[in-house]
Amino acid sequence: MTEQFIGLLGQGIWETLYMVLVSSLFSYVIGIPLGVLVFVTDKNGICRNRVLNLLIGGVINFIRSIPFLILLVLILPFTRLIVGTTIGSTATIVPLVVAAAPYVARMVESSLKEVDSGVVEAAQAMGASRMQIILNVMLPEAKPSLLVGATISLATILGYSAMAGFVGGGGLGAIATNYGYYRYNTEVMLITVLLLVVIVQIFQEGGLRLVRRIDKRIK
Amino acid sequence: MEKEHIIRLEHVSKQFSSRNTDILAVSNINLEIKRGEVFGIIGFSGAGKSTLVRCINLLERPSDGAVYFDDTNLMDVSERTLRDTRLKMGMIFQQFNLLAQKNVLDNICFPLKIAGMKKEKRIKRARQLLELVDLTDKERAYPAQLSGGQKQRVAIARALATNPEVLLCDEATSALDPITTKSILELLKKINQEYGVTIVIITHEMQVAEQICDRIAVMSRGEIVEMGAVKDVFLNPQSETARKLILPDNQFDAEGAAKRVIRIAFDGQSSSDPIISQLTLHSGELINILGANTENIGGKAYGQMLIQCPESAEALEKIRQYLTEQGIHFEEGGTTS
Repeated sequence: MTEQFIGLLGQGIWETLYMVLVSSLFSYVIGIPLGVLVFVTDKNGICRNRVLNLLIGGVINFIRSIPFLILLVLILPFTRLIVGTTIGSTATIVPLVVAAAPYVARMVESSLKEVDSGVVEAAQAMGASRMQIILNVMLPEAKPSLLVGATISLATILGYSAMAGFVGGGGLGAIATNYGYYRYNTEVMLITVLLLVVIVQIFQEGGLRLVRRIDKRIK
Repeated sequence: MEKEHIIRLEHVSKQFSSRNTDILAVSNINLEIKRGEVFGIIGFSGAGKSTLVRCINLLERPSDGAVYFDDTNLMDVSERTLRDTRLKMGMIFQQFNLLAQKNVLDNICFPLKIAGMKKEKRIKRARQLLELVDLTDKERAYPAQLSGGQKQRVAIARALATNPEVLLCDEATSALDPITTKSILELLKKINQEYGVTIVIITHEMQVAEQICDRIAVMSRGEIVEMGAVKDVFLNPQSETARKLILPDNQFDAEGAAKRVIRIAFDGQSSSDPIISQLTLHSGELINILGANTENIGGKAYGQMLIQCPESAEALEKIRQYLTEQGIHFEEGGTTS
């Protein structure tokens, strides 16, 4: 393996991490409020609102049912509008966020569902407002489960980012596509796949360790 | 002079509607709870007790009726006022409902944080409460590390943090063993007596009501079927439900045996009086004890006993006469229902 190639892989790893982490961050910035909204407006929620619930739920389901590669192409004009280009790592972040935010919203919703409704009731009995319940009860109590969700989301987003390599995105996915797939260089393809596997393992293991450390229910 | 009543329910009903059935969980309840008393709401599962207690702080909004707290109808007030009122009503639950991710100290601080108290002040207050519930060594522990009784003590401390006037207890001892139940009830009694907190306690156990309540309301199918001083209800139950709660296994009304079964209720007679022996000697009849549930509290007998007597009218008459002379409350099976 040449030095040049190692440099290429290094850059690929860097680009992949950049895409995944930045788009995860934005996905959570959008996904947490969405997930909370869809959870609290549910028919058993603390801010019941059928119309809003159906609306947000519908949008989430709609975006989630579009295959990622199609979505990526579909929103090219939107991507250009926001970052000024449609190729490269930064350009990939836009479709990644669009695809991952609804996914994250569902993850957040399912974590919130695990919170004991009795604790929410106790907070209501103490005179807590809805906002206080969301910020001081639901989210903190769901923290370990939210973190488990985040590790799963990270792996999913990593998978999406590799797919983006097919249509001009950067990172390890692009290397696998350009060198491995188009030039029949099996060795390169295997190496990049291996690197992706290692990154997923690190996210997963790191996330679970963190969960074990912060979850106060076990001990 | 403060008003006598702190909580007053007028024609309170709560209906739950699902797709094709409406369930009337609470039906036209009228109730007054006096300031400083321990009021029990007792009934079997599904009687509507938990729904009723949630109607008091509007965790369940009644479908109909008025809920007065200190003469303010909570059905009419804004959400803001309702939340402020809830600070004056602490609540504890069967499942404790502590924040699993927060330690004991932070759990107790929680309502104070909600109420906007400064951090140092709320820690100071929480430590006072830990002392009250006897858990000063556990302030850094998490709920998962505590026993059921300890969790309920934390929940009590948390419920009292904002200095409420009322403490609502929803089956607070039902998940606990008898000894822990007793210690929790003693703590509640202390809170009632030393701090004058009015306590409303929901339970399906007559023994719990006996130990702590001043007055009780017996609920069945969403309605109050009997209400009065706990002693009166216990000694002389008027309703079928109350009778079943006092004698859960229904021995008393068992067919056939019914005529010769007598329920004797002790309510502070000297516990050293050998009543059954004397009864045997006096009547000259053999008496069989079917069941007993009595306690000796400070030399006085409390509780009840079921005895079986001979069929003969003569013997029964002697027994009645003796019990009446001694001033012992009794009921004869089959004749009272």
